[in-house]
Amino acid sequence: MLRMSWMVFLKDVRMEFRGKEAINASLAFALVVLILFSFAFDPTSEQIREITGGLLWILFAFSGVLLVNRSFVREQSNDCLDILLVSKVPASALLLGKTLANLLFIALVQVVCLPVFSLLYNINLFQQPVWLMGICLLASWAIAILGTVFAAMTVNLRLRELMLPVIVYPMIIPALAAAMQLTNIIAVGKVPEGDDLIWVRLLVGFDVIFTTLSIGLIDTILVD
Amino acid sequence: MNDKVLLALGVASALYLVRNLYTMFMVLPDEAAQGAIYRIMFFHIPSWFTCFACFLASGVASAFAIWKKNFKGDSFAVAATEVGLAFTFIGLATGMIWAKIIWGIWWTWDARLTWAFITALTYAGYLMMRNMIDDPSERMRVTGVLSIFSFTSVVITYKAIDWWRTQHPGAILSFRTGGGNTDPAMESMIYQNWYALMLLTVVLVMLRFRQEETRREIEGMRRLAFTR
Repeated sequence: MLRMSWMVFLKDVRMEFRGKEAINASLAFALVVLILFSFAFDPTSEQIREITGGLLWILFAFSGVLLVNRSFVREQSNDCLDILLVSKVPASALLLGKTLANLLFIALVQVVCLPVFSLLYNINLFQQPVWLMGICLLASWAIAILGTVFAAMTVNLRLRELMLPVIVYPMIIPALAAAMQLTNIIAVGKVPEGDDLIWVRLLVGFDVIFTTLSIGLIDTILVD
Repeated sequence: MNDKVLLALGVASALYLVRNLYTMFMVLPDEAAQGAIYRIMFFHIPSWFTCFACFLASGVASAFAIWKKNFKGDSFAVAATEVGLAFTFIGLATGMIWAKIIWGIWWTWDARLTWAFITALTYAGYLMMRNMIDDPSERMRVTGVLSIFSFTSVVITYKAIDWWRTQHPGAILSFRTGGGNTDPAMESMIYQNWYALMLLTVVLVMLRFRQEETRREIEGMRRLAFTR
């Protein structure tokens, strides 16, 4: 199964990098929002340190949903999704592969946006690089797995661009809230400890629960 | 269930509620710290219990529907979710009225309140999603999975007061605190009102379930007529 997930992952990554539709759109969107933030409040004030995490993760949630939205739509032309489903690839491998691909795309957006945010708003986010990577990985996985599952649910809907955010955002709030809190802590150069570790637990627990649920239920969603 | 049973249950719940109202206002005294407003808790807590029960029923019915490919389960799930969502809003509204009087504000973003709100949003999303899918078996599968996913937010709402330090009061019922926290007469009143609301809920869910079944039948006939 892992081998098949890997194949789906490579296929998705290759398709995306040939067209670069979603990733370009998502990056452009993220950068525009980054600039918009500077009008919403005084970008030079100290206050911004307290909302860094919130801003960044709202940004990643928005651009992330733009990315995951494409992952099943991509398969709609020429009935590729049906062909994938009748092939030997199990639905769970399809989900895992697509989630990994989406994780990579979200990570790429982050690789661009984090330094740009640091530069524009004069906040060094890289004082705890290991923590930053860990948080980004865990929270982006949460966006990717839930986003991909819900993208599979909404792929046939007329209003899927609208419906996907409506059902994804309420559901990923726990992961986003945890990521926001933790990012706020590392943005001032501290390491999460003591009471703050509950956010790490929440993030890990969220990922474990929803990954299990998603892999268990994806057959029901996709297989007719 | 036939009309007579439903009517009898409805009348029973109405009588039970009237009797509860009498006890609440005529027999039980004002609470020492909060005064008269504490009585809203006799509706606030049971509403949440009712909505949790509805969402649990909806999740179980959805799982059953998917497992057995049973459309009745799907109809039951949507009936339970709709009634549950109504009680969610009652719970939110009664909580807000209480908060305005005790805290002086309508709303605060603590974990309990926030997750209660998220729960309302996710189940509202479930109902919206149902309207968008035309194929009945796809609707059953997709929204069934969504209902199971959504139940996680119910669990978080329930446990939020244990996991975070919330402005929302902690547990008061003796099965969670071990007793000694709430006056037994008042605590029993909370349960009594919950039973009454559950009776009402059964009536509402069954009515809605029948409507949903009829709707599905009409849909099926329409499809048959168009394909001929």
